Amino acid sequence: MATTVAAPAAAPPAAGTKVRHAWTQHGLLFVVPFLAVYVAFLVWPVILGVRMSLSSVNIAGTNDGFVGFANYAEAFRAPLMWRSLWNTLVFTALSTVPLVLLGLGFALLVHHLRFVQWLWRLSFFGPFLLPSAVVSLLWLQMIYPPGYGLINGTLGIDVLWLGDPSVAMWAMVLTTVWWTVGFNFLLYLAALQSIPQHLYEAAAIDGANAWNRLRSITLPMLGRTTALIVVLQLLASLKVFDQIYLMTGGGPQDSTRSIIEYAYDTGFTGYRIGYASAVSYILFAIIVVVSLAQLRLFRKRAEGSS
Amino acid sequence: MTKRFRPGQLVLLVVALVLAAVWLAPLAWAVATSLKPETETTKLPLRWFGSELTLDAYRLVLGTGGIVKWAINSTVTAVLVTLLTVLLSAMAAYGFARTHFRGRRTLLAVILAGIMVPPQVLMAPLFAEMVALGLVDTWWSIILPQVAAPLIVYVLFKFFQDVPPELEQAAFVDGAGRWRVFFTIVLPLSRPVLAAVSIFTFITTWNNFLWPFLVSTDPNTMTLPVGLANVVQGTFGLRYAQIMASVVLAGLPLLVVFVLFQRQIVRGVAHTGLAGQ
Repeated sequence: MATTVAAPAAAPPAAGTKVRHAWTQHGLLFVVPFLAVYVAFLVWPVILGVRMSLSSVNIAGTNDGFVGFANYAEAFRAPLMWRSLWNTLVFTALSTVPLVLLGLGFALLVHHLRFVQWLWRLSFFGPFLLPSAVVSLLWLQMIYPPGYGLINGTLGIDVLWLGDPSVAMWAMVLTTVWWTVGFNFLLYLAALQSIPQHLYEAAAIDGANAWNRLRSITLPMLGRTTALIVVLQLLASLKVFDQIYLMTGGGPQDSTRSIIEYAYDTGFTGYRIGYASAVSYILFAIIVVVSLAQLRLFRKRAEGSS
Repeated sequence: MTKRFRPGQLVLLVVALVLAAVWLAPLAWAVATSLKPETETTKLPLRWFGSELTLDAYRLVLGTGGIVKWAINSTVTAVLVTLLTVLLSAMAAYGFARTHFRGRRTLLAVILAGIMVPPQVLMAPLFAEMVALGLVDTWWSIILPQVAAPLIVYVLFKFFQDVPPELEQAAFVDGAGRWRVFFTIVLPLSRPVLAAVSIFTFITTWNNFLWPFLVSTDPNTMTLPVGLANVVQGTFGLRYAQIMASVVLAGLPLLVVFVLFQRQIVRGVAHTGLAGQ
């Protein structure tokens, strides 16, 4: 069966020491090709990014030299940086709740249905497979427009989904929930399928009804999955860029500008790539904190299962 | 388990049908619009079907747009990224999981730390690096950074750790070397997880937007998402049927892939999702 993340196996029993010694050099050779790409296109850019964030570099490669923390200081003084960071946190908060709850709801529903599983999977997970440009084109051109847009046209309302600064962020959340909830849905579905059936059988003997089984077996058994999904969702939402950039360009009145978009704007439209690096690294710091929280979660998880 | 049909199931079924309809509505609307005559796409009140079904929009998009070229670019880059990622990651994961060499633990820690680095925060330095290497507007600029995927190494590392040592020992006794054991025993044994990881990598690469968008400015090297982004920014609200035909054409391949490889995709998401990102 599809075991997902299993506990590490015990160390292999030692073969003849002579043979094992002969393998020693081969081991590194397996790792070297990946390592070369990894160092060139991940480790080196991380280091280069630190250097760039401490320099005044423009996109044409002109380097006016080391400026210390001036880029960071400027970023912390820039109202638009704070606005973008705030927008990003608001987006993260608003999107995480429905993405987790709907993911759970869909998974519970589908798990308990015995008909046409492929249809539910396609419906709820399908949108996740669309490129962001497809999603953006669809919602921008055909779902949100006033008048002929699918939402306003069907419900007979007249909301300026993307033109009203107080609504635009909600529109971004709505599109994102529709597009990405499938990922959480699948994670929950996998978790539900791995709950031991005998727990339910025992509960049935005790006369527990559906609601009791959900409350005292299913939900507790999903606790770790939920914690994990929340962290993954936070990490994904903090990096939001594509759909916002493509649908509103950060507007109206900067109400949807995200921190990645702010970095993109200053670096690739405003040509100040050193400053953009500094902004990126501020977000990076936030992401590292969330990731470390996730690592702690994993350690507990690993200890709990061993 | 043999359960009798209960009314509860019927209620769940109705709820699921309603939700599925809501979730599929935007996609259905795209298809419906793409099949309407252009003059009827923005007519009120809304109608799901126009006066006639026509494929004109598809003919125009396929005949004049860059969509075919972009799809080819996407396919080539996504296939190359997937092959390179799976090969290099599997080798590295095997090296870490099943061999012993000096510095193994340190290197592994360095690679696992990389899981925390989101590609988005590296856009400026990576772009500068690509400019310096003269790779902008080539396929390699799109491909190489995406191959450096530590998460995939981690997923395969966990899997290889669980391969029973006896399988390898027997081959070693018969005089097989590490490489032969890797290619003829371990890789074939790992086909399900390799399939899951491949499909996950393919989907992620095919749909990646920000990075290809930064490094391809030439319509000839653009991937599908980047080409479509240009459509987003270049439309003046006139040719809705064609825009929706592009949406359908660009969205369809992965939906077909999903229907064909449902099980592997579900497993791929579960694997990589549970492993963290």
